[in-house]
Amino acid sequence: MEEFIVVGIGRWLHIMSGVMWIGLLYYFNFVQADAMKAAGADGTAAGISKHVAPRALFYFRWAALATWLLGAMVLGPNFLNAFLFHKSHIAIGVGAWLGTIMFINVWGLIWPNQKKILGIVAASDEEKAKARRIAFLASRTNTMLSVPMLFFMSAGAHSGLYF
Amino acid sequence: MKNPLDSLWGTVISGLVLTAILYYVVKLALGA
Repeated sequence: MEEFIVVGIGRWLHIMSGVMWIGLLYYFNFVQADAMKAAGADGTAAGISKHVAPRALFYFRWAALATWLLGAMVLGPNFLNAFLFHKSHIAIGVGAWLGTIMFINVWGLIWPNQKKILGIVAASDEEKAKARRIAFLASRTNTMLSVPMLFFMSAGAHSGLYF
Repeated sequence: MKNPLDSLWGTVISGLVLTAILYYVVKLALGA
């Protein structure tokens, strides 16, 4: 029963929160980035930056934390085997490392810089421009890393099929 | 040289290339 809750239900919740995290990441990169350019051109960007982006960022960053914590819980006693690339857990280990780098990008680069961009913390125009570039590149880096991360998460659960 | 991350499709292609590289590395590590 304990294994069912920790590994079974935990995995389900890990995937659900992961869908929210990566879904919002793809929203930012595939939809919002271009929408902001178009909205900036016709003077309606405030609608996105004031009403949409803060809400999306709220679920984005907390879903990232939930995904990481639930992933760690599902790994349980195999946490170190995965992160130290033990042969039995090498695929999930690569996925876990990529997910961890992405998680650090969210809380260490994207969110602190988005706070400056959205005016949640005070910043000069120059600081905002710099923050915009850093947040953009961190978000794009995460989009790039999500491709192998999802591959290795899938491979971790079905290793015989992949390797 | 242009940063591939400035383009959405450059980002996706970079992700696919990275996947292929990591897949090859893991396969080698497993001796498969």
